[in-house]
Amino acid sequence: MHAPVSAAALAEADRAIRAADRARRNGALVTHAILILGVALFALPIWIVLMGSTHDAATISRGEVPLLPGAEGLANYLTAWGEGSAKTTRAPVSAMMLNSFVMALLITFGKIAISLTSAYAVVFFRFPGRMLAFWSIFITLMLPVEVRIFPTFKVVSDLGLVNTYAGLIVPLIASATATLLFRQFFLTIPDELVEAAKMDGAGPMRFFKDVVLPLSTTNMAALFVIMFVYGWNQYLWPLLITTTGDVETIVIGIVRMLGSEADTDWHIVMATTVMALLPPVAVVILMQRWFVKGLVESEK
Amino acid sequence: MATLTIEGVRKDFSGTHVLHGIDLAVAEGELIVIVGASGCGKSTLLRIVAGLETASAGRILIDGADVTRLEPKDRDIAMVFQNYALYPHMSVFDNMAYGLRIRGVPKAELAQRVRQTADLLGLGELLSRRPRQLSGGQRQRVAMGRAIVREPKLFLFDEPLSNLDAKLRVAMRAEIKRLQRRLGVTSLYVTHDQVEAMTLGDRLVVMHQGRAEQVATPMEVWSRPANTFVAGFIGAPAMNFLSATLAPGGEAVTLKAGPTIPLIDGRRPLPDGAPLTVGIRPEHLVANGEGPLQLKVDLVEPLGAESLVHGILPSGEELTVRLSGSSPLPGAILPLFAPPMMLHVFDAETGRRADGLPSQRRAEGAASVAKQAADR
Repeated sequence: MHAPVSAAALAEADRAIRAADRARRNGALVTHAILILGVALFALPIWIVLMGSTHDAATISRGEVPLLPGAEGLANYLTAWGEGSAKTTRAPVSAMMLNSFVMALLITFGKIAISLTSAYAVVFFRFPGRMLAFWSIFITLMLPVEVRIFPTFKVVSDLGLVNTYAGLIVPLIASATATLLFRQFFLTIPDELVEAAKMDGAGPMRFFKDVVLPLSTTNMAALFVIMFVYGWNQYLWPLLITTTGDVETIVIGIVRMLGSEADTDWHIVMATTVMALLPPVAVVILMQRWFVKGLVESEK
Repeated sequence: MATLTIEGVRKDFSGTHVLHGIDLAVAEGELIVIVGASGCGKSTLLRIVAGLETASAGRILIDGADVTRLEPKDRDIAMVFQNYALYPHMSVFDNMAYGLRIRGVPKAELAQRVRQTADLLGLGELLSRRPRQLSGGQRQRVAMGRAIVREPKLFLFDEPLSNLDAKLRVAMRAEIKRLQRRLGVTSLYVTHDQVEAMTLGDRLVVMHQGRAEQVATPMEVWSRPANTFVAGFIGAPAMNFLSATLAPGGEAVTLKAGPTIPLIDGRRPLPDGAPLTVGIRPEHLVANGEGPLQLKVDLVEPLGAESLVHGILPSGEELTVRLSGSSPLPGAILPLFAPPMMLHVFDAETGRRADGLPSQRRAEGAASVAKQAADR
């Protein structure tokens, strides 16, 4: 039988429970404080840009940093989209957006296509020099783009590709990272699956199309997001290879809009910046759905 | 339906010999089980027949046509893999239809054949499911279906049941046998499980270290094993081996453990005193109050209706006996009798079976006794 419970013991237990509750509450407070600080740190600059893009040129020129929306939002965006910065580039943002979009998309598709096929060759075929090919690809991972940028520029300009989409895109298509990623994924495809396809009579191209590609959709979606953002944000290479406005990308466009302090249409620059942000964000959000769907559906 | 002939197939992997020249002729509609411990080369042999590996030497003939240099797809063979190797992104229907689609079978015929096969295997309801939505047994059926629907000349099974649990394995084993009978497709079946081998095979190929030690019907492999390896591999619990010498005249063996046992199935054509290995299966030993073999009982494993009794003979050799009825206690001395007609005699040096010389009448007598024992 239980011994009778004393009132003191009950009170003691009650205190302990309350202390635990308090500790939990305090813990939650601290974590939230840290999180809010982090969010503010990341979000504040974007907020400032967003708000700045809704004020007229004068407000910003006076050195104000508006934290609340102004009245000029629509006008600013329309001007930027249709005409661009009157003081500096005079090129409409819409054209730059299109350039950026084409470049980012082609780089992404190019990278995925090249790395899928090269990884397929390296993983599923036995041929002399296979490991050499793999290691050559692998080693270029260690070379930053900047190291080979001058020889690349020389090649591209000798081919007469300066100021063309081809010159902008082709040199950025090779991707050791994506090749490696696909290689790692292909290695997880069981040998028996390859053999089963062989017994079913599928040749290499058929196997690639019917089995490897469908199984890789998740990886392709992930790479698409990463590579699109990578392509969109390219700065150094477009800076070198575009000398006129024809194939100028939006990232370069923003830089060129910045004249001297007084010569800059800050409200237009900010509106342009916000627009430059949107496509990568859209891609991440849209592809995320695919991504999750892919993760749920294809189990290995 | 086709015949399969394997002629002198050898396989070397960078200096190590995996297969030492395998010869085998498979008749139309026959189910041959290749059985052996892991690493004996049985899977390699199957893969060479499939065309997934190339033989270092020798030929593979299907229906008399040499296919040694052909790609798997040109051999008209279907294979069932151990882990099923179903295409994870395709439905059951597509998994089964894939091979037909590649071969350009017209749509209507394709759908009809897949449906027919699915019904045969009880998969009719599952055609739109993905492999991961199926249980192990159902996946196994789909893998079988994928092979059957192609109507190939040859089925190859690579340990198809080893990923299933014990109960399902027994059920699928029977089903595979029924299907194979019904379809009459010549089949090669690789397994390490001797029970599977015994129950499924029209004939067995017992492999050991890259050699086919014996090719015979299950009952013959069991009742007349060609050498000590086969004798020890087939049958559970494994056969007991006792060292012995041939008594002068070759008509009896003297066990190291004591007794001399007459060889009732004929004289062995070996020199007097030749070292022998005598094999006797645990189920053939008889507990008998006056038995000449004195077994010191060490461990008793009750199996319900029977018990396995492990012990040590005065010669220091271990012996296992299967007893029905009451079992002795550990530490007791159990007198045993080894019936002469149940002895398997092997040459201790080569490990080969040493058969008695006829005396025709005696040989027949022994065979019928062995048969009776087997039927029991």
